This record gives sequence, C-alpha cells and structure tokens, in this order.
Amino acid sequence: MSLFKIFDVAGSALSAQSVRLNTIASNLANAENASSTPEGVYRARHPVFAAMLDQAGRPEGAGVRVVDIVESDKAPMLQHMPGHPLADENGNVWFTAVNPIEEMTDLMSAESSYRNNVEMINTVKQLMLRTLQIGR
Amino acid sequence: MGKLIDAALGIHPQAITLGAKRLELIAGNMANADTPGFKARDVDFRTTMQSLLADRSGTASTMRRTQVGHQSAAGQALDSAALYRVPNHPALDGNTVDTQLEQSAFAEASVRYQASLDFLDARIQGLRKALRGD
Repeated sequence: MSLFKIFDVAGSALSAQSVRLNTIASNLANAENASSTPEGVYRARHPVFAAMLDQAGRPEGAGVRVVDIVESDKAPMLQHMPGHPLADENGNVWFTAVNPIEEMTDLMSAESSYRNNVEMINTVKQLMLRTLQIGR
Repeated sequence: MGKLIDAALGIHPQAITLGAKRLELIAGNMANADTPGFKARDVDFRTTMQSLLADRSGTASTMRRTQVGHQSAAGQALDSAALYRVPNHPALDGNTVDTQLEQSAFAEASVRYQASLDFLDARIQGLRKALRGD
C-alpha cells in the first residue's frame, strides 16, 4: 500500500524541518554573541537538504534528509568597544554576523513547510482509515 | 469468478492505485519543497490510467519472465508514469516545487481518491446485495 509511504515521506520532511527550526533557534539565540577573537564568534548554522533516493536511485516519491549543517562564512563584525569585558588589547570586540531578519523569514518558511506536511499526514490518515472501511 | 468481480468493480481499483501513487509523488514534492535542485514530479492521469486498464485486460504488450533472475515487470506502467512538472517560476537553487500548486494538487488528488473509494464501496454493496439475493 503506497499510502503508507507518505507517512515516511512527510515524516522525513517534518524531521528535516525541525532540524531547520532548531538551527534557526540557535542562530537567533546567539544573535548578540561576542568574542575577543574573530574565530571564537558564533557563526550562523544552516542545514543542507537533499532528496532521498529509492532503491533504483530515482528521487521518486522521495523523502528529504539533512545531509549537512554548514556554518555561514559571513565575516564577524568588528567593533571598537574598549570598555567591553571581552575586548582584546586593542579594545576590539567581534560580534556575530547573524541577521535576525533573515532568520525570522527563514523561520516563517520553515514553519509553513512543517505545517504543510502535518496537513498532508492528517489527510492521508483519513484516506487510509476510509480505505479500511471499504465494503463495511 | 475473479473476472466477474473485476468487471463488477470497474476501473475503480486501478483508479485508487493510481490515486495513491499520485498522492505519494505529490507528498514527495511537498517534502522536498526546500531541497535545492529537486524537480517536482506528477503523473499524467489519463495516459497512465489507460495503460493500467490495458495491462489488466491483457491488451498491452507485457513482458514475460523467461529466466529465474529476471525482474518482475508488474506495475511497470505505474513505475514509468512519473513525469517532471513544467515549472512556472523555477527557483534560483534549481528547485521546481511550487508549494501552492502542490497543495491544490494534493487536495484534488485526495478528493479523487475519496470519490473512487465511494464508487468502489457502492459497487461492493451492490455485489453483496446480488449475492444475498434479498
């Protein structure tokens, strides 16, 4: 019964989207992250999605998986704040380059994708229950 | 007897199989709405339905297994049925899934599936009535 597969497909999408929501949450939480070295600053994390392939290698009716979580290569912002407790000997502090507006729009997109997949699971569940009722 | 019941059920079992396949493809499209490079797929309902019905009635040229190692070709009409959707506005990352379009396609496919279920249900009730004879 291929309707069963839809649970796997939509379920994989739910877990991929929740990874995305997780990374967005940690990006937003660290939006004000500061450090005394450019290497020590938090960098925004983004998941990379890829389609799962079936046994024949085709992306047919495919689920989705997170192949990697990459760190943004955006350069941290340098600010001269001699009074900052994290300032180095020159009085410089590096702040993370996370853009909260970008993250919020990404959050909206992830949320709507998540919701779509939940709707799909509900619809398919109803269809399957009705299929079981045939001829009753 | 099998033929008789097949005839009584009409095209609906095939319609349900194809409907489930279509739902599955659209679910895959929706799941990959954010996957770079993913190409949305769907089936051409009319042609696939025709080839499924041809399969059933034995008018199609079907493949025979003459060696032990040969793969079963059952359901080949379904397997080769998926086509790529022509995108209205492809994204920069090569993804051709249009979520709104997929959503409406999913709704349509699920209504069609339910309709087929209802038809099938009615046929089965009819068969039962005929068998019982009351």
